[in-house]
Order: sequence, then C-alpha cells, then structure tokens
Amino acid sequence: MLLQIKNLHAGINGKEILRGVDLEVDKGEVHAIMGPNGTGKSTLASVIAGREAFEVTSGEIFYQGKNLQKLSVEERAREGIFLGFQYPVEIPGVSITNFMRTAVNEIRKYKGLDALPGGEFIKLMEERKKLVEITSNLTNRSVNEGFSGGEKKKNEIFQMAMLEPTLAILDETDSGLDIDALRIVANGVNKLRRVDNAFLVITHYQRLLEYIVPDFVHVLYEGRIVKSGGKELAIELEDRGYDWIKQEQV
Amino acid sequence: METDSNKIIDEVTQGEYKYGFVTDIETEFAPRGLNEDTIRYISERKNEPEFMLEFRLKAFRHWLTMKQPVWAHLSIPPIDFQDIIYYAAPKKKTTVGSLDEVDPELLATFNKLGISLEEQKKLSGVAVDAVIDSVSVKTTFSETLSKYGIIFCSFSDAVQNHPDLIKQYMGSVVPYTDNFFAALNSAVFSDGSFCYIPKGVRCPVELSTYFRINAANTGQFERTLIIADEGAYVSYMEGCTAPQRDENQLHAAIVEIVVRKDAEVKYSTVQNWYPGDKNGKGGIYNFVTKRGICKGNHSKISWTQVETGSAITWKYPSCILLGDHSVGEFYSVAVTNNHQQADTGSKMLHLGKNTRSTIISKGISAGKSNNSYRGLVRISKNATHSRNYSQCDSLLLGPSCGAHTFPYIQAENKSSVVEHEATTSKISEDQLFYCQQRGIDMESAIGLIVNGYAKEVLKQLPMEFAVEAQKLLSISLEGSVW
Ligand SMILES: Nc1ncnc2c1ncn2[C@@H]1O[C@H](COP(=O)(O)OP(=O)(O)OP(=O)(O)O)[C@@H](O)[C@H]1O
Ligand SMILES: [Mg+2]
Repeated sequence: MLLQIKNLHAGINGKEILRGVDLEVDKGEVHAIMGPNGTGKSTLASVIAGREAFEVTSGEIFYQGKNLQKLSVEERAREGIFLGFQYPVEIPGVSITNFMRTAVNEIRKYKGLDALPGGEFIKLMEERKKLVEITSNLTNRSVNEGFSGGEKKKNEIFQMAMLEPTLAILDETDSGLDIDALRIVANGVNKLRRVDNAFLVITHYQRLLEYIVPDFVHVLYEGRIVKSGGKELAIELEDRGYDWIKQEQV
Repeated sequence: METDSNKIIDEVTQGEYKYGFVTDIETEFAPRGLNEDTIRYISERKNEPEFMLEFRLKAFRHWLTMKQPVWAHLSIPPIDFQDIIYYAAPKKKTTVGSLDEVDPELLATFNKLGISLEEQKKLSGVAVDAVIDSVSVKTTFSETLSKYGIIFCSFSDAVQNHPDLIKQYMGSVVPYTDNFFAALNSAVFSDGSFCYIPKGVRCPVELSTYFRINAANTGQFERTLIIADEGAYVSYMEGCTAPQRDENQLHAAIVEIVVRKDAEVKYSTVQNWYPGDKNGKGGIYNFVTKRGICKGNHSKISWTQVETGSAITWKYPSCILLGDHSVGEFYSVAVTNNHQQADTGSKMLHLGKNTRSTIISKGISAGKSNNSYRGLVRISKNATHSRNYSQCDSLLLGPSCGAHTFPYIQAENKSSVVEHEATTSKISEDQLFYCQQRGIDMESAIGLIVNGYAKEVLKQLPMEFAVEAQKLLSISLEGSVW
C-alpha cells in the first residue's frame, strides 16, 4: 500500500477539521476526492504534505510503510510526495528555473545523487515544458508572480513533471482552467501515470474526471469520507449534487 | 506559528562568519592614540610631500572642533579615539615589483579570502588592489592598464607619482570639513586606491580593491579617489573583510568620485566586515563617507552596495548631479542580523537641469537587529525638469528586529517630479511551506526568498561579484549556501 490513512483527526488552532478520515491508495491508482466547499479537502492535502500549522490529534498516516508524522515537510517531498496547490504562492524575484533547480538538486542530494549539471537540467526542463505545452518563456519569470490563474495551475503541473513524484496530490488543479488548458493539464497527468505512482485528485467537477479517469471516487463531507465508489459516483454527484449525501448522514 | 518563526530565527542566527581568521604577519604600529605627532608619524612613514602633511594637520585641527554625530538611528557605544592605533603596516617591504616579493603569509590570506591575486590576474581579467590594515599591498595589472593611460594604483603611490592629480581632486568632493568621520579620515588615512581613466577610455577590465583589517586594536582609514575624464567609463568593485575579535574596531573611509562630461563610473561594494558575534560582542564600526560628483553634462554615477557585515554601519553613498542631464543611481541591499545596526541610504543632490536619480533600497532584518534607510533627495531651484524615483523596501525576518525609513525630500522647483515608494513585508509561512513542499529545507528557502527579494539590486553587480553576493546573503542569514 502506497498511502494508508487511518482514522485521521486533524485541525487548526483547536478547531477540528478532519474527523476520522480513512483512505487507502495503492500504486498505479488514481483517486478522486470530491465534496462541498469547506469540508476539509485542502486540509487533508496539507496534512499529508506535513504542513505544521495543522495539528494531527489522532490517527495515523503511512506512506510506503513509513509513519509520515515523523518526517518534515521537505523530507516528505523528497520521499516523493507532491502537492499541486489550490492557491499557488508567489515568490518574487525567484525564477521558476532557479526554483526548480534548487528543488531538483535538494531532492537528488537527499537520494545521494550529485547535482544535475546545468546543461542536463535545461534539457530536462525543456522536455517537461513540452509535456504541459508551456511554450512561452514562463520559466524565466518569477515563481507565480503576475501569473494568470490558469498559468499558475499549469506551472504546478510542470513542477510535478519535473519532480516525478510517487504520490501526487492535485488540489483543484482544474479550477480556473479554460477548456484547452484543462485538456493539456489532464494529458500531462495521463502521460505521467505509471504503475509505480499514484494520484489523489481533488476536484469539484466531473469534467476533469472524463480526462483523468479515476479508479475510485470519494466524497469528503464534514471531515470524513462518507461515500466511495467508482467513476460513476462522480457522474451521479454531477447530476444530483450533495444534498442526498448530506441527507444520508443525518 | 510564533514558535515556528522563532525557530527560523534561531536557525538563521547560527550563520558563522567564515572570514574570521587572523593572519600572523609581522606588523609595525604607530603609537596608540591621536595627536599631531601621530599624524606626523604616519606622514613620515609614507614619505609624503609637504602638502599632504599640511592637509592632514588642517583636517586634524578641524576634527578637534567637531563632535561625533548623533542623528542616525544607531546606538553607538562611546568610542575612545585615544585608544586606537591609527597606523599598522606589514613589516616586510611593501613596495614590491612582482607578486613573488609579497609576504607569502599575506598571499595566503588573500587566498583564504578567495581572492588569489595570481588567479585574479590571470583568469578573471580583474585588476586588484589589495589593502591590508593600512598598506596597499599589490596592484595587479597596472602595466596592462597603463597602456590605455589608465592609472590604477595605491593612494600612496599616487601621492608620490601623481601629486598634481591628488592636489587637484583630493577633498574636492568630500572636504575634510564635511563631517566628523571625514575629518578623522583626512587626518589619519593610511592608504587606499587611486584610479584615473583618461578622456574617451573605456576601462577594459573591472577594477577591484579588497580591504582587510588584520591587526588588533587598529582602525582602518582608507581613502579612494576615482576620476573619470570626459567620455571615460570604469566599473569599480570594493570588497571588505576582517577577523573575528572580541573588541570593536573602527573603520572610517572616504570614497570620492569625479565624473566629467559623458563619463560614467559604476561603483560596487560588497561589505562584509566582521559583524560581531550572536550576542553583539565585537564587530566593526563602519563610518563611511562616499560621494561622487557628476561634473559634466550627461555624466553618470551608479552606486551598488551589498552590506552584510559590520556591527554598526553608517553610510550614505551620494551623488551631486551638477552637470545637465546627469544621472545618479543607488542600489542597496543591507542585511542585519543578531545585534547589527545599519543606518544607510543615499543623498541625491540635483543641481543641473534634466537630472535624474534612482534609489532602490532593500533592507533585510533578522534577529535583534535594526535596519534603517535614510535618504535625501534635493532638487534645487535651477534643476528644472529633474526626476527622482525612490523605492525603499524592508523585509523582516522574525518579531524582534526593526526596520525604519527616513526619507527627506526637498523639491525647489515645480517642473521636477519626485516619487517615493516604501513597503514592509515578511517572509510568509505560505512561501516557506511552498518551498519546503518542493523538497527545499527552511534555510535554503529563506536564502532563496531573500535573494529573490534583493534581485533588483543584485543584478546591478558585475557577474563575478553577483555570485559572491548571493552566497553572502544566504550565509549571513543562515549559514548555508543555496
Ligand atoms: N488556516 C486556517 N485557519 C482557520 N480555519 C481554517 C484554516 N484552513 C482551513 N480552515 C477551515 O477548515 C475548513 C476546511 O477547509 P478546507 O480548505 O480544507 O476546505 P476544502 O474542502 O478544501 O474547501 P474548498 O472546496 O472550498 O477548497 C474550512 O471551514 C476552513 O475555513
Ligand atoms: Mg480546498
């Protein structure tokens, strides 16, 4: 099992947000997480990534057999966990190239590898830019600074392609994308799908799931996964909304 | 979140000063203290012509009538000017013809600093003048430069060999009456660099000076004079380091730049004097007067400084824009950490018509440090259609440091435009998390973010300096290099 979450409770500033999440993700799988606004989807993503602002009050997260809570944010990243942010952050003055080069080499150092020579890094970058159809000189610009909503999301997928994670969590990467960009992003993800990695795709729209076909769909509601199913569950949600699920909970 | 940022600050303050070694070189000292005899001693040691001694004595007598300024946002412990040694020189003969004659210990020092003169000479095409304690040790490249008619030598050599230029220009931009520390420097200055670029010559290499304080209890008072004749251009770099010592050491320098019609001087500094330890013990007191005059029309002076060292920094590189259409620029990054204090900025004095100036200042404070920007933009009545743009940004790392901005604007005509912008920001937890999520640890993330923040200034530096400066920014904040 790649990721195993058991009865996870977590919150912030004493406020409980996740109230007993159970989830298992295996290699080669794509899981979609859906659910109404404010039910804890991004929180779950942050907690898996190890954001210190969130406090895990009980439960466990195992990743490749390791207890994740013992690892720092950067260690988790170096172990292959990637988070595509719902709201990517601007870092003024730091070019994407420089940012990625730092990231790639820190991860290589962790794995006992030498830093990637400049030429090879550029080659890798050009190759991965193609994957997400970034043609402009976006990579020379400062990280997310002045990017449009869609550019920010594309940049997240580009970074994912650069870092080749084992577990990629994509938090609403489809929000704010135009039809073409959506297809590009989805294609990028599909090209990166392998038998030895997995995706956790957080989305509000079944449309994305037409491109990235999930093996499982989960509904997160009030901090718990209250329903799981196959891709047909997403279609049903699109049709019926969340009311019936909320009703079932009462 | 509080404990988190405290942790960052703690980590950040572990950065160690890597230039803190002392070199064991036989040194000759002037007797401790300051009186007319000290000045005669210095002048005699340097075998100076009469006019220099006169200049020094006048400056000294004037200094006696002055008081140390108190207006800066600095808390300066009392300085006992009689408890300082005003002249220290390596004992071995210092008038050397080739590098082979330089004291090997001294060469080793420069190697440790990462500036092998030999290397510099061969590889980088950078001409170097190195000043250790009070004496200029070696100027490389002089011969090559002399083919262009460029004079690049120690100040002492210039006094001996080009007394007319010295007489004409010394004190013409910073008179000894200018301020307390300028008067002191004028009385006791030991050595420094001199540079003259003749009419129409673009200096083909970067000129560079390294200043190093080595001996204990000594002050360093160097003096630099740069003259760019009509249509000339030079890019000049200055680097500074000092050993780690418990007591404070005084450094009071003067830099004067004269730029004639259509000429340009670009002056870059990476100041990394010993900043004192974590608890604020030791460190260099750095009181510097740097000023340039754009004498002719269409002339330009550009100051770029990266200030990471010194316990106290008091420094305002300035431009007198006398020629019409002349341009003054000031780009600054000042980092303070632990107990460091910096009060730095610029003065732009617009006298000519259509003059332009730009001030970009980035203050970065961490620990318990205090970082102030102080700037004066004065547009005189006759300086019609002039412009200034000032941007002063402060970045705070942690809750215990301070950032202050003191802009003074005096515009005396209506056709000119003065713009001033100021921001204060912090490194956000969001930014750190974003970096860490990509596998970058917190220290490197801070280095990355800080360098990004300072980029506008760093990109003004000559290439070989920029790399050094980037490393320095990270080191002075955290002890690791990205
Ligand atoms: N830093 C925070 N401080 C206080 N409350 C927070 C914080 N972060 C999240 N919350 C709260 O936790 C709850 C879950 O937020 P979360 O962002 O995980 O929701 P979400 O399911 O991702 O919603 P959306 O679909 O709108 O993105 C919300 O009520 C939110 O206001
Ligand atoms: Mg969310």
